[in-house]
Parts: sequence; C-alpha cells; structure tokens
Amino acid sequence: MENYLSLFETYDVPAAFWVNIQLSFWAAIWALAIGTVLALFRISPIPSLQWFGAAYVNIFRNTPLTIILAFGFLGLFSVMQISLASDLNLSLFRIAIVGLALYHAAFVCEAIRSGVNTVPLGQAEAARAIGLSFLPAARLIILPQAFRGAIAPLGNVLIALIKNSTVAAAGSVATESSGLMKTMIEFRSDLVIPIFLTFALGFVILVIPIGLLTTWASRKLAVAR
Amino acid sequence: MSVQQVLFDAPGPRARRNILIGNIVGVLVVLGILAWVVSALADKGQLTGSMWSPFLESRTWEFFILPGLLNTLKAAGISIVTSVLFGLIFGVGRLSHAAPIRWFAGLVVEVLRAVPVLLMMIFFWLALGSSGAVQPQDAPLIAVIIALTLYNGSVIAELVRSGVHGLPKGQREAGMAIGLTRNQSLRSIEVPQALIAMLPALISQFVVILKDSALGFIITYPELLQFTRRLGVGEGNVIPSLFVAAAIFIAINFALSTLATRLSTLLSFRTKGRKPAAKGAIAMDAAST
Repeated sequence: MENYLSLFETYDVPAAFWVNIQLSFWAAIWALAIGTVLALFRISPIPSLQWFGAAYVNIFRNTPLTIILAFGFLGLFSVMQISLASDLNLSLFRIAIVGLALYHAAFVCEAIRSGVNTVPLGQAEAARAIGLSFLPAARLIILPQAFRGAIAPLGNVLIALIKNSTVAAAGSVATESSGLMKTMIEFRSDLVIPIFLTFALGFVILVIPIGLLTTWASRKLAVAR
Repeated sequence: MSVQQVLFDAPGPRARRNILIGNIVGVLVVLGILAWVVSALADKGQLTGSMWSPFLESRTWEFFILPGLLNTLKAAGISIVTSVLFGLIFGVGRLSHAAPIRWFAGLVVEVLRAVPVLLMMIFFWLALGSSGAVQPQDAPLIAVIIALTLYNGSVIAELVRSGVHGLPKGQREAGMAIGLTRNQSLRSIEVPQALIAMLPALISQFVVILKDSALGFIITYPELLQFTRRLGVGEGNVIPSLFVAAAIFIAINFALSTLATRLSTLLSFRTKGRKPAAKGAIAMDAAST
C-alpha cells in the first residue's frame, strides 16, 4: 500500500489527466464548430457543398485516428515544419488538438444529421409555408430542434473523444495519461495491475457521469411531440 | 424526415440562379483549399516523382505494404472472431434471468466500454511482456487482440441486448407457449433473430476494429502503419507513405461501410418489429478510433 501511494509522489497522475481533459475540451469545441458547418453543407441545396461534406465525412470517418495523429507529428511537424506555437511541446499539443478535432468533426456531422432526421417533416414544411428560405429555416426551425434531438449521439461522440485523447501519444504528446501510464509501468513493473486500475478508474470516473448527464439532458430537452 | 426534398422548395428560376452561384463559389472554395494543400506540399518537395516512385516498385509492396497489411488483417480478423464470441456470451449474460449473472455481465460491459482501448493495449503489452507468459515477440499481437476483444466485445454485447429487446414480445411468448424454458427461447429463438437484425451495426463495428488495430502502432506491433512509417523513414518519403496507408484503410473501410448500408436496406424488408439498437449506442461506437 505504501509502495502504491509513493507512486503519486513520484508521478503527477492528475496532471496527466488534466492534459487529456484539455485536449478533449479544445478538440470538442473545434469539432462541434466544424461538424455543424459540415452538417449544414450536407443538408444544403448546393451540390458542390453536399459533395464536399460527404467526401470529408467518408474520408475522415474511415481513416484510423492513429494515422491522423501520427501524420500530425511525422508529417506536419517533422517534414512540413508547421509550428503552431514557439514552444515545441505546446506546438505538438495544438497539432494533436487539430487532428482530434478534424477526426471527430466527421462524427459530429453525422450526429447532427441524425438529429435533423428526428425533426418531423411538418416543421420544415411549416417553415417554408411562412416564407423562410433555406438558411433562416435551418437557423430558426430545423437546427434548434436537431441539436436537441442530437444530444445523445453528440454525448457519445464526446465520450469517444475523451477516450481517444489518449491516442495523442501517437502524436508525441508525451505528457498525457497513456504515456505516463507506460512510463510508470516500465519503472514500477511490480505494481503493474494497480497502476492500470488507477488509470482505468480515472477514465471511468470521467466518462460515466458524462454518459448519465447526456442521457438525462436528452430526455429533459427532448422536443415533446 | 428525408432532408433533401423538404428543407427547400423545388427551386424556381431565381433559386436556381442562386444555387448555381452558390455551386460555383463552393467549387472555387473547395478547389482553393485543395490548391493550397497541394502548393504547401509542393513547396516542401513532397510531390516530386522520386517521392512517389517507390510505390511503383514491387519490393515496396512485397517487403513493406503487403506484410503490414497482412499483419493488420490478421490482428483485426482474429479480434473480430473473438469479439463476436465475447459479445454473444456477455450479451446473453446481460439478458439472463439470474440476477447475479446479469449484474456481473452488466458491470463488465459498462466498465470495459469506459476504458480507452489504448490503455488496455499498453497494459497487456507490458504485463504480458514482463510476466514471461508469452514469447516477447508475440506480446504486441496478443495485447492488440485482447484489448480489441474486451472493448469491441462489450459493444457487441450491447448490440445483442438491444437487438433482443427490439424483437416483438410475441417471439418469446411463442417460445414459452411451445414449452421452451426462457434460456432455450433466448438461445434458439430470440438471439438468432437479433443477430440478423443487428448485422449492419455489427459490420460497422468491424470497421471500428480494423481502424483500432492501427493502435498497435503505438505498442510496436508491426501493422500497416508501422511498416509504412519504416518505409517512409527509409525512403525519405514519410508523407506519401502515410497517404498510401490511409488510402488503403479508407478503401477497405469504405467497402465494409457500403456493405453495411446495403445490408440494412435489404434487411429492413425482412426483419419484423421495431428497429434494433438504440441509435446512440451505435453512434458512440462508430466514433471510436
């Protein structure tokens, strides 16, 4: 037990989780913004935008996240020498956020589209009947209801994003939790199981309340029909 | 709601003109983004012939891409089989009428779905490697398979459960009426029907398994990404190599996704009753790495 507690003096476990939370937070905001625009593209009357939205979703949804984040480090950072901050580690951190956001934007787009599918036909017809054209109808009638219908799938994307933030290890973000767990196990192989359980429990604590919260919110905010 | 037809009226002359203008602007913007990416790549000399010519040589495919792809397919293939087995066992466990079995299966499934696959993979890799239970060179493959099985098996268990819940109640009642016990009715009547109804979601989960097998890259399993990175470092063409690896993954996954969509249209004519699987459950798992 003392052995186990001494781990927390040597290694800063909460700091590693904080890195994952920050990665998830910024990536979630960007993914939500990009994903909403993509969803608008896909339901718009303009063929080239529809095509772009569909192509984006199909490409990013079918590429392993590991490749995207490894590309951020090996391709963008090392070869293209793209730097998003003067500090090396901050730059890698931001590139990982870009990778996570681009990947999850495809899933946000699909979640919002599934939300749009919950809006009954009559709503769109009523919007047209009172003379709204595409963008006003989308902004005032369709999207507010679609977001409320999309809370459960969006919550699931957020949960996946939090868990996937560990893959930032492939983008050389060394301070996040999967990297720290690897280091800790390598130095303290006598405590391999307690170390794993600690990190697993950390994610269970992060993820399960979000699942409960979004389930509750999706019921509470569901459009009564 | 079928979106495309109802969000806007059948366009009149003015709307057609606006759509045309929007279309032209859209094409220009998309082409602009593409041109910017291409010029950025060209600036760093990534588009020269020598960068891409290795992919025309047979040794590149023979020694790098095909062995990598084979290892990826091996890990994914074994994981698919073991995940389905795991999912069937725990899915039926969650439906058991013996409360302790139900609770245990429920706890296992909920916890495993909340733990990142990568953490499990790193744990099994290091634990197996240091324990000496397996040959050190086998540890990465086994770790990949165990981690993918535990996570995706749990997701499939949820699919089985929601598939059975989606069946009409009469199916179980008919089973009971001809004298089957609840377990017999579950095994021989409900689960087989649920499996057919959940086939599209199951195939989408195979896409997730294939994508997640690339996590083996991080624990030194020599899968496609690992081999293409080696190739890229050796030939000095990391970016083209990663593009090729991504293209291979996209092609396979796109084919599987298309199959899933086709199947779900086909099956919508043949399965009775409510649609299986809460939408959210599928969306969540699709969003995994």
